[in-house]
Amino acid sequence: MNRAVFSILAIFALFAVVTMPQAVQASEGTVHPAQQSWHFDGFAGTYDRGALQRGYKIYREVCSACHSMKRVHFRNLEALGYDESQIKTIASGYNVIDGPNDEGDMYERPARPSDAFPSPFPNKNAAKFANGGAAPPDLSLITKARHDGPNYVFGLLTGYEEPPHGETLNDGQHWNKYFPGHKLAMAPPLSDDQVAYEDGMPQTVEQYARDVVQFLTWAADPYMEERKRTGLKTLIFLLVLAGVMYAVKRRIWADQH
Amino acid sequence: MGSGERAEFKNPVIGWIDERLPLFTLMQKEYGVFPTPRNFNYFWNFGAIAMFMLVAMIVSGIVLAMHYTADTELAFDSVERIMRDVNSGWLIRYIHMNGASFFFVAVYIHIFRGMYYGSYKKPRELLWILGVLIFLLMMATAFIGYVLPWGQMSLWGATVITNLFSAIPWVGDSIVTLLWGGFSVDNPTLTRFFALHYLLPFVIFAVVFLHVWALHITGSNNPLGIEPKGPQDTLPFHPYYTMKDSFGLVLFVILYALFIFYAPDSLGHPDNYIPADPLVTPPHIVPEWYFLPFYAILRAITFNMNIYFLAGIAGLFTLLVEFVWREKPKMIAAPYALPILVASLFLAALGFIGDQYPTLGIPFTAAEDALVSAKLGGVLAMFGAIVLLLVLPWLDTHPIRSARFRPLFKWSFLLLFVVFVFLGYIGSQPADAAFGPVPLSLLGLLCTGYYYGFFLVILPFLSRFEKGRNLPKSIHEAVLGKGA
Repeated sequence: MNRAVFSILAIFALFAVVTMPQAVQASEGTVHPAQQSWHFDGFAGTYDRGALQRGYKIYREVCSACHSMKRVHFRNLEALGYDESQIKTIASGYNVIDGPNDEGDMYERPARPSDAFPSPFPNKNAAKFANGGAAPPDLSLITKARHDGPNYVFGLLTGYEEPPHGETLNDGQHWNKYFPGHKLAMAPPLSDDQVAYEDGMPQTVEQYARDVVQFLTWAADPYMEERKRTGLKTLIFLLVLAGVMYAVKRRIWADQH
Repeated sequence: MGSGERAEFKNPVIGWIDERLPLFTLMQKEYGVFPTPRNFNYFWNFGAIAMFMLVAMIVSGIVLAMHYTADTELAFDSVERIMRDVNSGWLIRYIHMNGASFFFVAVYIHIFRGMYYGSYKKPRELLWILGVLIFLLMMATAFIGYVLPWGQMSLWGATVITNLFSAIPWVGDSIVTLLWGGFSVDNPTLTRFFALHYLLPFVIFAVVFLHVWALHITGSNNPLGIEPKGPQDTLPFHPYYTMKDSFGLVLFVILYALFIFYAPDSLGHPDNYIPADPLVTPPHIVPEWYFLPFYAILRAITFNMNIYFLAGIAGLFTLLVEFVWREKPKMIAAPYALPILVASLFLAALGFIGDQYPTLGIPFTAAEDALVSAKLGGVLAMFGAIVLLLVLPWLDTHPIRSARFRPLFKWSFLLLFVVFVFLGYIGSQPADAAFGPVPLSLLGLLCTGYYYGFFLVILPFLSRFEKGRNLPKSIHEAVLGKGA
């Protein structure tokens, strides 16, 4: 191989090595979560519709009591495999504030597919007040907003344990292996048999956590499947183009070597 | 351009236009028959690649601007709106986000190539300086652009970097107020940053035009670093280099596409997916990867510079000018060299020790007596690192351009490259991190020392004393002689 080409490849390799620590770096008091294998991993990974639906159920019945998810709309649930009438039914189970109407008053109405998921608290202060001073974060982007998001959230949901000897917890604090600093205000949210599954999947904390992580990953990155599909087409096109370019380049340069 | 010879065109429409506005003559002269050294390697692709990236950034950026809202209450939401509800919005944003990184990849390789093959040397000094200006403008544009999504790292990165300017004596605070449009990074900051982020790319475009113009006056350098002596040493730009550039560009775009489609967030920081909150400081504020080496230089200066230290530095600098920079040292100064060296080192050490151990109570070494605070020192070191690039053509005056024929230059430059990459690693780590038993801040200082030493000491020294290998007689002979 030509030395310049080799050097350029070396620079790219170095670039990859240098940018790597950024992806895995962590601050003090952090334990790296174990790497799970996910259905959405890899170049061809997709979302598992069954897991998304189960995960949505967990969110609806557990997480949504405290956590908002205001960037996701009911209409987006189509991606989970629900049809239009199912989505309408799901949405109409919620009430939202709309208005002002012609008389200038705000009013309540059942939610429509075009509405965003309603938040459990009217504003951040109310969320703080109801949760001992720490507002539960919005979950729309949670797996993108944490290092190694899906594994971290899975670790967090399954990482509650007794504090090690010598560590004391204040009222309302809970020891979590994976939370930075370990002292977490959120009580263990999941317990076995808490949510009923209709498809016979095991009703364990671990399965719940796996499912809700997949749902949250979809919520943060709803176009992942389309992105990977478009990527594959783009790469095939570019590789063929590169081959043609190389052949033409060789031909043109043939008389100069 | 324009009033000279015109080419003949068979097509009557083209001919008609060209008689009135010789665009086609210009294109043919500058990109058609333009004589280009025949021996480019693939490092010479990165100018064209950088040009492509600039256009890709402007096009994707304009589309994003159609959907973006520059308001602290709405900016984050509008970006998420682009990601979720704008048709193919996710694609446009990922093109732009990763495009910034890949623009820097291309430009860093382009700069590396220019330094390795001595492309900055006479007669291409101005071409090089325009390039450094483009690099500076790119840094400003990228930094400002990173603020726009108004995530946590946007807000806090902006706070840290704009605060640097407050270290400038007398006018610093006013500059910061002007940058902020108030007394903290807030809505006025965001709106002016958006305006500037839209403006600067076009300024870059204008400077790129001058850069390319200057290139077409001097012609390209080449891996041998010797000027073409006649037509046997060159090839017409088209089709030879249009084709080679296109092929290289497609390979580059393949890598770029891999990131866009399969790892679109891997080069960014997860904290920027958390909406900006002025009340919560992220535990570890880091800039984007392409700023990390300079960020490490900024943080390397952790000590105040008092009067002793600066006197010592001034003494060492005098010796440097007298015995390394000057073509013919005045021998009259020679007997004083050793005493000055000893005195300078003593003063610098005294000043440094006085600063590090204030309990010793050495007069004039207290922090408030410092002439250059650690903060200002860091800012000067960081900007100085780029200013050194501007004056590079006058620091390295060796007549041989290409590192191929200068082994000493080659190895000290490759070491600089390694040091620069390592600085990037240091910049990515928390300030109190350690590399085994050695604190990273010390390694950062050593690497910064080598960076400055390379430009201020090694290059002038090698310019005078490196003999270099024999240059080939011509490009033609060198290339076709070995049957390449």
